Amino acid sequence: MAESGGSGGQWAILSILVENRPGILFKVTHLFRSRNFNIDSISVGVTEDPDVSRMTITTYGDERQVAQVVKQLDKMIDTIEVRHLDEHKTVYRELVLFKIRLGSAKDSMEINKLAGAYGAKVHDARKDSIMVELAAAPDQVRAFEELAAPFGITETARTGIAALQRSGS
Amino acid sequence: MSRLDDGAGKMIGAEALMRALRKEGTRQVFGLPGGANLPMYDELYKSDIRHILVRHEQSAAHMADGFGRVSRKPGVCFATSGPGATNVLTGIATAQADSAPMVAVTGQVPVSMIGRDAFQESDIIGMANPVVKYAFQPRSAAEIPGAVRKGFYIAETGRPGPVLLDIPKDVQQNEAEMEFPDEFKIRGYHPWTDPDIASVEKALGMILSSQRPIILAGGGTIISMAFSELQAVAEALMMPVVTTFKGKGSFPENHPLSLGPIGMHGHAEANRLMTEADCVLAVGTRFSDRSVGTFEEFEKRLKIIHMDVDPAEIGKNQRTSVAVVGDVRASLRVMVKMLASRAARGDGGEWLGHVREVKRYWKENLKIHPGEMSAARILRKLRSALPPEAVVTTEVGQHQMWASLFYDVIQPGTFFSSTGLGTMGWGFPAAIGAKVARPGVPVVDIAGDGSFNMTENSLATSVLEDIPVIVFLVNNFTLGMVAQWQRTFYDRRMIGVDQKHCPDYVKLARSYGAQGLRAQSLDELGAAVKEALSSEVATVIDIPIDPEEDVLPFVAPGTPLKDMILPS
Repeated sequence: MAESGGSGGQWAILSILVENRPGILFKVTHLFRSRNFNIDSISVGVTEDPDVSRMTITTYGDERQVAQVVKQLDKMIDTIEVRHLDEHKTVYRELVLFKIRLGSAKDSMEINKLAGAYGAKVHDARKDSIMVELAAAPDQVRAFEELAAPFGITETARTGIAALQRSGS
Repeated sequence: MSRLDDGAGKMIGAEALMRALRKEGTRQVFGLPGGANLPMYDELYKSDIRHILVRHEQSAAHMADGFGRVSRKPGVCFATSGPGATNVLTGIATAQADSAPMVAVTGQVPVSMIGRDAFQESDIIGMANPVVKYAFQPRSAAEIPGAVRKGFYIAETGRPGPVLLDIPKDVQQNEAEMEFPDEFKIRGYHPWTDPDIASVEKALGMILSSQRPIILAGGGTIISMAFSELQAVAEALMMPVVTTFKGKGSFPENHPLSLGPIGMHGHAEANRLMTEADCVLAVGTRFSDRSVGTFEEFEKRLKIIHMDVDPAEIGKNQRTSVAVVGDVRASLRVMVKMLASRAARGDGGEWLGHVREVKRYWKENLKIHPGEMSAARILRKLRSALPPEAVVTTEVGQHQMWASLFYDVIQPGTFFSSTGLGTMGWGFPAAIGAKVARPGVPVVDIAGDGSFNMTENSLATSVLEDIPVIVFLVNNFTLGMVAQWQRTFYDRRMIGVDQKHCPDYVKLARSYGAQGLRAQSLDELGAAVKEALSSEVATVIDIPIDPEEDVLPFVAPGTPLKDMILPS
């Protein structure tokens, strides 16, 4: 996640614990909009405490901008904890479904081989297309996507990144 | 169970609302009834809380805001659902922009009707969320007491702000076993932080090692009532004090160390010396663009020490050398204690000599508009006619900036304005709210004709509710600030600014049963203010002035403070 998407900026993954109540997702996403920030990916789900949800948001900005959005999130009354995750101490996973075009039987074999190499599962294999389910770190997902692109990716669905910092860090 | 008993028991939601408000110390609500808040009004009828009827819900919110800023306890306003609720939104946004404590209570269509585009339904929670500190919609009657308790707590603690309670009609009507909790927990809200002693120590060291230190006091200084602490620090370190516009009057403006507000229409000496300073102790300010000119130029060569209760303000607009997060009064107190145990800075040295020189120069050389009824002359006249404890509010526009330039605040915390959102029409209803909070002192709205037009029907409230305030109407028959920009930046292509002498404000005031006076000379003005001060009803003093008078000095938007335009 370290690569730069523009001058002076960086990707940042924020892990936010919020009260599990209706309308909170709206408030959090609205805060990004009103502070002129873009959300690249978002995943939301309830935690081990049913009153608390975790949002994992990927955004982009320079250090000062990211620090500012963290503070604004922290200030929200419905947020319980906001963390800017340290990429070296965090496990990131994203689940992606790809539908890939198959030109020939050889394509099918190669996609299956590629899926195997990345630990991906294959679903709905047909003569002219195949669906691949990949759950991996974001850089692995990108690498797979690049290798699969020449075959023709016709549809993609992503869950957004889920992340947890390792214990003791 | 008696009506004044705040104890638990079975009752309907609306009664629980009144009891909970009473428990918070609410003595009056500003509001206007409608279909969806009738149950609340029925309970208001039975309660000893005073109702102050407005003629537009926006004014109810501004009155609650004015009350809140002066009393530092949340003002309460009531409005019905739909248009009643959307009308209070501007007032809520104004309070949010200026960190004013307020609790707005709106009626809502019954729960079963929500989402069906019912008559007078509006998703006010959705609309208000970006401009409130917090918004609640209790979905059952039993939630009401807790929502009120939390609402007041959130509105008045930390950096204050408006809270919205949107209560569906059936939730007001339903009966429930009520408990009125004192204790509650909000996991994600920690309004107070104790100032970090080491940071204050570092800040002090930075000030002492700088050559040209200055204090910039913002609105937070007034909110936390840090007046004596601010003065103690300024005097011990012999530092000159500039303020933001919102911080105007956080420091007595007749004090030798006072330079007045900086910014777009700041005092010439304040803007000059702010630009020359090498270290600023910024207290309770968000470094608004209107105050600093351009962010980049402002922070050049300047060490910034930033004290603020809101950690999100640190580094938002300006790079900070030292940050002290916490209530600014507590932070300044720590600094005062540190200063008591070491030698004072003495006479302020060369820098203070220079400050005095610059201040003297501008006092003698700032040109003011010619004519007897120039803004400077009429506002100085007002100052001399009012006691130091008089509370002043303003509307928004040229008169507001003239007030900033020419009306000196002597007693700290007696000047209030819509500085953040810049809401025309705020000053008059806010003055009414302020008068309710401080009935024993004169309250004056320094107004312009354009702004006064927006909420002038509050004259009915002022007269009928016996809340006599003074409207000091600086009347140039023009939307003057826009006219000034059209003269300055649009080559005098004047459009949409001429009010064409309509209405006649003396007759308007009299038609409401208020006193209407016109002052066309300084002598008439002095007499009119005197008459207004002894009047038992509201007074509008119409003061015709030259429509061509500009507000100067002027720092054009997007330019640094050093490039201010001066009167020629």
